[in-house]
Amino acid sequence: MHNAGSRDITFAEAVREGLDNAMERDSRVILIGEGVPDPKAIFNTTAGLRNKYGAQRVFDMPLAENGLTGVCIGAALSGMRPVMVHQRIDFALLAIDQLINNAAKWHYMFDGKASVPLVVRVIVGRGWGQGPQHSQSLQAMFSLVPGLKVVMPTTAYDAKGMLLSAIEDDNPVMFIEHRWLHQIKDNVPEESYRVPLDKAKILHEGNKVTVAAFSYMAVESLIAAKGLMAAMGIAVDVLDMRSVSQLDVASVIDSVRKTGRLIVADTAFRTGSIAGELIAKVVEQAMDLLTTKPVRVASPDHPTPTSHFMAEHYYPTPQTIADAVLDMLGADKNSDAYRKLCELLQRDGPHDTPNRSFKGPF
Amino acid sequence: MHHHALYRSMLRIRRIEEALADRYAEQEMRCPMHLCIGQEAIAVGVCAALSASDVMFSNHRAHGHYLAKGGSLNAMVAELYGRSTGCCGGRGGSMHLIDLDVGFMGATPIVAGTVPLAVGAAWAASLKKEKRVSVIFLGDGCFEEGVVHESMNFAALHKLPIVFVCENNEFSVYTHLSERQAKRPIYRIAEAHGLMTQVGNGNDVDEVLTLAKTAVQNAKHGKGPQFMEFSTYRWREHCGPDFDDHLGYRTTQEIEIGLKDCPIAKYEQRLKQSNSLSQADIDKYEVEIREEVIKSFEFALSSPKPTAMDAMERVYA
Ligand SMILES: Cc1ncc(C[n+]2csc(CCOP(=O)(O)OP(=O)(O)O)c2C)c(N)n1
Repeated sequence: MHNAGSRDITFAEAVREGLDNAMERDSRVILIGEGVPDPKAIFNTTAGLRNKYGAQRVFDMPLAENGLTGVCIGAALSGMRPVMVHQRIDFALLAIDQLINNAAKWHYMFDGKASVPLVVRVIVGRGWGQGPQHSQSLQAMFSLVPGLKVVMPTTAYDAKGMLLSAIEDDNPVMFIEHRWLHQIKDNVPEESYRVPLDKAKILHEGNKVTVAAFSYMAVESLIAAKGLMAAMGIAVDVLDMRSVSQLDVASVIDSVRKTGRLIVADTAFRTGSIAGELIAKVVEQAMDLLTTKPVRVASPDHPTPTSHFMAEHYYPTPQTIADAVLDMLGADKNSDAYRKLCELLQRDGPHDTPNRSFKGPF
Repeated sequence: MHHHALYRSMLRIRRIEEALADRYAEQEMRCPMHLCIGQEAIAVGVCAALSASDVMFSNHRAHGHYLAKGGSLNAMVAELYGRSTGCCGGRGGSMHLIDLDVGFMGATPIVAGTVPLAVGAAWAASLKKEKRVSVIFLGDGCFEEGVVHESMNFAALHKLPIVFVCENNEFSVYTHLSERQAKRPIYRIAEAHGLMTQVGNGNDVDEVLTLAKTAVQNAKHGKGPQFMEFSTYRWREHCGPDFDDHLGYRTTQEIEIGLKDCPIAKYEQRLKQSNSLSQADIDKYEVEIREEVIKSFEFALSSPKPTAMDAMERVYA
């Protein structure tokens, strides 16, 4: 759908535009993070903002993740609306005390007398040997703490709309961006708009299987769905979950009512994953709708190895997701249609870069 | 340590890293890599003051520290190529180096993450009454992290045999020190925590060695934690093989001054002037190092490739 005043821009540009819109509308919004005003501008998501809004609203940051999170919480309690950004979610782990003990609980423990309108943008790394300490996908860990909202937008449209909603929300929001989404384009309106922080979105429709997916896995699931349709005429529902802490279980159940089958695709380790939580909720609320046991598609329960030889099969691919669908349907994989599907889903380029133009080191 | 050994050790690190940078474009070392070209004198000078039993922790920019401490070159290059023979069996890459045989306890890329570990190693040495020091390398950026202050306090409280080595290259990625820290010398922070401090030119290997010897002696003789701040300059981009001067975060003039202050060229000149190093010596070292480097790449490239099955091992001890 191409609206007037909209055009195709990347996820990174959409984040930048969301920040720009928010800062333009509300002088309480300030932006801080390591590298925010530097020449690389957090993968170009903060480009030009220092020039436009000045050094009193757009800040670089000392390497002090925990302390500065607390400082931002204090500022948020005092009328500002800070947006922090960390180039990797792994660096936000240093701030976990402030995020969990203070930000997540302030509103509750003080009887709703105050709230923390803080957005923490964090980026999940992947590929080119990001390895054990630069590519963790920790959405489930943050989501287990009540009081923190955790979202993972997938499309550029949602990145902008959900960022604007997050900044206007009176709660602390972890805004998780997957590094491999940054370069993907989508149709995005120029003006500001909001996308809710607790609703899934249907990316592809079908009645055979429900594939509920998070973040980059929604991109992979959509590729799988299109391949399944083109090669084998199998139609699956793909839901981009978008929210992690406030799971849109109702939308998943609506889809499962149609399909009777559920696969959840996650970017994280399998055990303790939010995929497991979603399945638990669906089973609790609608087990009778399921005609077969649900399946998680996720990464294995070990740290991400750096070596590209070892990491080759670490991440689920469209093929993994398509195979899960076919296995669930008991479909014949010894067929020309299946071989055609595999051909369609063949990756163009190395497994450890988001696209062919990528030459490292990030 | 003999002048030649200091010179050769710096030259070796430089040539190894230049070779890594040259071959990075082949896209077979598929991991982030932070080069220490320009900063070699600190690693070499400090390590020259240590004994084999002394231990060391490091950070994302670890090649020089690892090599100067005697870490296996083959295991490092193989690690960058993601091979089974790498020092982490491929799990780590450039930002995660280890060689326990030479007391190189580990380098990781979370800023300041290894600082308390080095204090812990010093604590263990003191509890076990072992006469060894623990050394930690920290960039200027580390002083913004709370854990550094917590670590210094504990080290001072227990008079632990640890040597903090601050490599102050004034930058964290593209951000200058003045945008991250209030105007005051870094070493005074250590002083305030009760550490004995020294300040020196990190591009002068003799000076680094002299200061390091004092620090190591003090630490070994129960005088508590030691702190050294060395000024230096990172020549290449923060992460990756190239120069990044086109980004404009450092002025041309500053870069020129930085590159002129080459620790290796300066030392070469000094040794030549005092007739303690000849061109023939240098040529010989260059040849030896080139051969060693070529062999290390051959070793890495002919080493077995780990698989996804290997990746599942080692999650628990
Ligand atoms: C906790 C944490 N925050 C941020 C980063 C990203 N980062 C990697 S290296 C680096 C710069 C560190 O600067 P410094 O300690 O001065 O060392 P230098 O790179 O100059 O050697 C930063 C910010 C990180 N790895 N870990």
